[in-house]
Amino acid sequence: MPAATRRSGGRGGRGPALALAALRRLAGMATTLLVTSFLVFSSLYLAPGDPVSFLVKGRSPSPQELDTIREQYGFNDPFPVRYWHWLEGVLQGDFGRSYLFHQGVGDVVWSRLPASLLLIGVSMLLIAVFGVGAGIVGALRRGTWADSTVLLMVTVGAAVPSFVAAILLRSVFGVQLGWFPTFGNGEGALDRLHHVVLPAIALSVTFTALVTRVTRTAMLDELRREHVEVALSRGIPRRSVIRRHVLRNALGPIVTVSALLVSGMLVSTALVETAFGMAGVGSLLVQAVSQQDFQVVQAIVLLVVAAFVLINALVDLLYPLIDPRVAAQGSAR
Amino acid sequence: MSAVTLDSAAAPPRRDPLRRLRRLGGSWLVNTCLVILAVFLVVALAAPWLAPQDPRFGALSETFADPGAAHWLGTDQGGHDTFSALIEGTRTSLFGPLAVVVFATVAGIAVGLFSAWRGGWVDAAIGRVLDILFAFPALLLAILAVALFGKGLTAPVLAMAVAYLPYTARLVRGLAAAEKSRPYIAAYRVQGHSPVFVSVRGLLPNITPTVLAQATVNFGYALLDLAALSFLGLGVQPPTPDWGSMINQGQSAVLQERPLSAIVPALAIVLVVVAFNVVGEHLADRVAGRDA
Repeated sequence: MPAATRRSGGRGGRGPALALAALRRLAGMATTLLVTSFLVFSSLYLAPGDPVSFLVKGRSPSPQELDTIREQYGFNDPFPVRYWHWLEGVLQGDFGRSYLFHQGVGDVVWSRLPASLLLIGVSMLLIAVFGVGAGIVGALRRGTWADSTVLLMVTVGAAVPSFVAAILLRSVFGVQLGWFPTFGNGEGALDRLHHVVLPAIALSVTFTALVTRVTRTAMLDELRREHVEVALSRGIPRRSVIRRHVLRNALGPIVTVSALLVSGMLVSTALVETAFGMAGVGSLLVQAVSQQDFQVVQAIVLLVVAAFVLINALVDLLYPLIDPRVAAQGSAR
Repeated sequence: MSAVTLDSAAAPPRRDPLRRLRRLGGSWLVNTCLVILAVFLVVALAAPWLAPQDPRFGALSETFADPGAAHWLGTDQGGHDTFSALIEGTRTSLFGPLAVVVFATVAGIAVGLFSAWRGGWVDAAIGRVLDILFAFPALLLAILAVALFGKGLTAPVLAMAVAYLPYTARLVRGLAAAEKSRPYIAAYRVQGHSPVFVSVRGLLPNITPTVLAQATVNFGYALLDLAALSFLGLGVQPPTPDWGSMINQGQSAVLQERPLSAIVPALAIVLVVVAFNVVGEHLADRVAGRDA
């Protein structure tokens, strides 16, 4: 962080400085991921009782299975060695074995991933379109009934949890009107899309509200700037000033804040998928916790945190593309 | 007290948080929300005496009763009285998040003050740790806690307190670092007061309003997260009434076109969270307006 302030343009290439900042960001990301993996790994030892019996709690494993666990976790090795072996496995996609599914944890999660990615993708699209759209309308029509409506929707929308939205949507559009299926993933591309509509809306309600608020605030901040007034007074059409000067500048904060919402959204898939009986990674997490399949829980927790960290690092690295001023200053912050 | 005898420019009079609280009221919207919260608080405290029936027991002969004199809001598929469950459910639904916010705020203040006071590498290290914690969403940490310690409310509440800590800690650190350079703090230090004394008696009262505003907003989010946990069947366990688990139980009722037992607690959640957010934002605006 101090790197951003230390460099003040001047001579010397901006390219190397930018690369250095990017490198520093990547190193920070790697540290975060490493610490996260360590926390997730060692969380097992927080559980009351002996770790082996915790891992097989509620089941009567064969001696062979017990041996596999002992070997995989290396319970005879010192703690750092154990962690290292586990990490090596994780980096190769080996998260251990699921007792619930009698498969590798990696395979179980992998098979559930497409459904969740579709849900998240459709939701992100909805959030981007309606969140940014409503935010722009609110900012441009500030103080009118349109703005008041947007503000009201933001206040209520931010308070509607995704599982409540899921129940309501299911009740109205699934059960009473019968427009959409109320359960499962669906078969084939079109049917899957049909199945994902209500869950995606349920998942996007809260986050659309949050993105709307961020967009509205960022747009209002930019609209107040002098350069906007100057551009308008020089006779540049309002529409083009808004698009090229206001929205373009507001995009930075919008993207940065939205990226921070990703972790909450990934966890909320657990709620929506459970409510709609979809087989995805989120519902797998709930199932694994209920049935004490701890290695699956570990894998998903690690996946969610890693996805959040990666996305935010990516946004930071790509930020100069959104806002070239940052690149000109020679930092990726 | 000796500190007060200092020249008033160096030691501005301490702002009394209670006086702010008394001037809490604002627009009709804020006042309405305050009334709503007060009503829910009273209901939570007096729940066992207010509930007309015991929501833990249901008669199967009264499954899906329509709203009427016997059951004001009808019953669910187990014959449990929805109105009574709503009333008794306020306890876990409100006191759970309260515990989260109290833990997170107290610990956050401690960490933030310590970090700002020490500065240097300690400050930087604490900042890195908070960054990492920030990557763990509260609900995920709560779910992990359930996986480790079993279903219930205690472990998730503590886990969520840890997840909410960075928000308060960062806020407090920023405020305290700014406040630290002001003359009244130097005046305290010159008199030889210990860092703890200066932080608690000098700094803390001046940042309390902002921290309270943050805590109010956090309360709404914590309520949503804990309700979500109970909705997943991992938090409060039936027959203990709780809004989140009522919605969970009501899912099958929704499919049988008897959605009332799920919709009533859902509305309660939305109402309380909206009220908390409105009051919290109002508080934040006021503090910012006055302290700016």
